[in-house]
Amino acid sequence: MAASDFNVKYVAHLARIQLSPEEEQKLGTQLGHILGFMEKLNALEVSHVEPTAHAVPTVNVTRADETRPSLPHDEAMRNAPKQANGLFIVPKIVE
Amino acid sequence: MLNQLTIAELTAKLARREVSAREATQACLDQIARVDGKIHAFISHDATDALAQADAADRAMASGATHAQQPLLGVPIAVKDVLAVKNQPLNCGSKILGQFISPYDATAVEKMKAAGAIVFGRLNMDEFAMGSSTENSAFGLTRNPWDLTRIPGGSSGGSAAAVAADEAIATLGTDTGGSIRQPAALCGCVGLKPTYGRVSRYGLVAFASSLDQIGPFTKDVQDCATMLNVIGGHDLRDSTSVAQPVPDYTTGLTGNIKGLRLGLPKEYMIGGLDPEVKAAVDAAVKQLQSLGARVEEISLPHTEYAAATYYIIAPAEASANLARFDGIRYGARVDGADPLELYSRTRGAGFGPEVKRRIILGTYVLSSGYHDAYYVRAQKVRTLIRQDFLKAFERVDAIVTPTTPTAAFKIGEKSGDPLQMYLSDVFTISCNLAGICGVSLPCGFTKSPKLPIGLQLLGKPFGEETMLQLAHAYEQSTNWHQEKPAIPN
Repeated sequence: MAASDFNVKYVAHLARIQLSPEEEQKLGTQLGHILGFMEKLNALEVSHVEPTAHAVPTVNVTRADETRPSLPHDEAMRNAPKQANGLFIVPKIVE
Repeated sequence: MLNQLTIAELTAKLARREVSAREATQACLDQIARVDGKIHAFISHDATDALAQADAADRAMASGATHAQQPLLGVPIAVKDVLAVKNQPLNCGSKILGQFISPYDATAVEKMKAAGAIVFGRLNMDEFAMGSSTENSAFGLTRNPWDLTRIPGGSSGGSAAAVAADEAIATLGTDTGGSIRQPAALCGCVGLKPTYGRVSRYGLVAFASSLDQIGPFTKDVQDCATMLNVIGGHDLRDSTSVAQPVPDYTTGLTGNIKGLRLGLPKEYMIGGLDPEVKAAVDAAVKQLQSLGARVEEISLPHTEYAAATYYIIAPAEASANLARFDGIRYGARVDGADPLELYSRTRGAGFGPEVKRRIILGTYVLSSGYHDAYYVRAQKVRTLIRQDFLKAFERVDAIVTPTTPTAAFKIGEKSGDPLQMYLSDVFTISCNLAGICGVSLPCGFTKSPKLPIGLQLLGKPFGEETMLQLAHAYEQSTNWHQEKPAIPN
């Protein structure tokens, strides 16, 4: 672990969040402190411990492959910020 | 005043036709009009719709519907702004959802409606349930009904404050690291986090999917059991809900706890614990002993690692879950020349500071080169924390601790220091990491100012019956749950 090389600008880019220069500065300092606190976990020897992703172990939950009612198209589109002809409008992706 | 009644008291009066659902609902609406300008538990509420639901409940009772069939028939219950209620707004305390209106009901909401409840109002919360004080809401902060200069706890601060201030008969909240139990403690009500998988998460906007659970806020333990009876159970729409039968959680509430074994974890009684909180919890443990419980000291040795573990796992899951808020399919959008610019502008403008902090933290701990060092290591420590509890539960039926290290703190006291705020959850987060159940109930007050203190009971996985049995026996042998805040007019 190396909190010192934490680059807030780069990680914010990965997270697709635009930050102002002030936010970058503030978040960088705060997250540095928080990551420093996480170093605590290095004190534990965990090489032989299995990770827990879910507290209640469940494996391959499946259901019968049957058609069931789902949200009508217009209901699903109801909260779209921009739409036309039942489709979401987005900026041009391919030239 | 009808709004002050418990579910049990109100349904008894409704069944005897002493009062109508409309009168009970109107009493809650009147209380909101009287006090919510100061407390701000609600982001919004639709009085006309609430009264229409009340009239429907009155008509149902007139045509023979009973509380045996519908245990919440005619009971006004408000919900946290993170649960979908069909045709009502859903904002998660955030700007990013814009004018979102839910197209469907969450399963817990659907079950409450089927049980006859009047589901109304959107309760304030920390944005996306990230916080411990309800100061991180885009809709303004909520105040503690016991002291308007203090926070109600969080993230379900609105849900706790609304019950404490008698603005609803009961409410629903969610708990990812203490977000039900901590505000319940600080506002002096009962708050339950069910075992992971007990309540379907369908229609709950996900924060950290392996930790989130929906649970009730109520005025006493019996109501809490009644609510769990209604909302618990397996749901095909949530693959993480567990197909365990739902017992009647009220039948075990006999007051008899003789011979039940209670564990007192020594790691919870150390530094940072306020002396008045410690004294109240010590007295509660003695009281439980005098009721016949056997108390023994236990050890949960990895307790000190829980906060660091939680603040890696929860933000990691959040960074993935909140990727869906990108301005494309729903919510607010800030346009850009290409999709990337649109995403980052929308998310930069739409998310508040704490949400940004946690998404960036979560993105970092999952990023290439750091994933194993942070995220996988935290998942391994999570295993150790869970094993601590499972080992302890071989010896005891439940664990008793303070819910919070201190009573409600002042507005603004911790909002500038995220790490200090994170550490206020130190007694509640292990429960979510281990996936067990927990409940907070009133166990006393600080002297000056008079602020509620919460007792936390932690139960085995799917051990809600025994945990609530203990909570109920303690509660009924004290008067703490009957105290009401004096809210200035």
